[in-house]
Amino acid sequence: MLIKEIEKILKANVLCKGDWYEGEVHTACGSDLMSDVLAFVKDQSVLLTGLVNSQVVRTADMMDMRCIVFVRGKQPDQSIIDLANERGIALMTTPYRMFTACGLLYENGLKGGCESDA
Amino acid sequence: MPEPIKMEYDVPGDDFTRAGAASGDVKSVLKKLGLSSEAVRKVAISMYEGEINMVIHGGGGKIYVEITPEAVRMSLVDHGPGIKDISLAMQEGWSTAPESVRNLGFGAGMGLPNMKKYSDHMEIHSVVGEGTTVDMTVQVI
Repeated sequence: MLIKEIEKILKANVLCKGDWYEGEVHTACGSDLMSDVLAFVKDQSVLLTGLVNSQVVRTADMMDMRCIVFVRGKQPDQSIIDLANERGIALMTTPYRMFTACGLLYENGLKGGCESDA
Repeated sequence: MPEPIKMEYDVPGDDFTRAGAASGDVKSVLKKLGLSSEAVRKVAISMYEGEINMVIHGGGGKIYVEITPEAVRMSLVDHGPGIKDISLAMQEGWSTAPESVRNLGFGAGMGLPNMKKYSDHMEIHSVVGEGTTVDMTVQVI
């Protein structure tokens, strides 16, 4: 799935395109707990979260993720957008809640990437 | 034999928004040096978890990084309260992080186990009341 397709499916507002906006992603994860993302995520490229702070971008960066989607219409401040720009990560916000946003992406072909839900 | 590259970072203890800046910088340097993506990620995650711990628990401190053709060595030094029981702190899910830190998405008791998981070698030296030093090595070849 192209990152710009995620924008369309989730009726998202893109806050920064990063280095991968035109690129393709295959897996995603949804979590508000960055500790879990760091401990259990492997090769997921998209992070859906309801948490809004700079550590979300830092965590995604360390995990080589390409796109962050803030759910429930949450709006990061400019410093978070600037950091995502600097680290080349696409940032968008969707009005959908976490469950629905994950479901819509899954339904459209994006997978969890874990053995149990591949 | 090329000289090792040495880097040093101050980690402020009172600014959670800046936690991870040192790890992000080291990640960028390693990518520019052409290390494998697996090695870069192992260094980035283990150092980032350590950096977060320094801010949450250690009141900030210093990080020393040495890059050689064989390995990346990181030494994270704080002068915080120290760790009373290191084996307990190494258990997944055990955490002394306050609620305020959990609200920021951390403090689930995965930091030290994760640092051990992603580094090839890790040693913790801690004295209660004096501080903690965590040395980690990631082999790059």
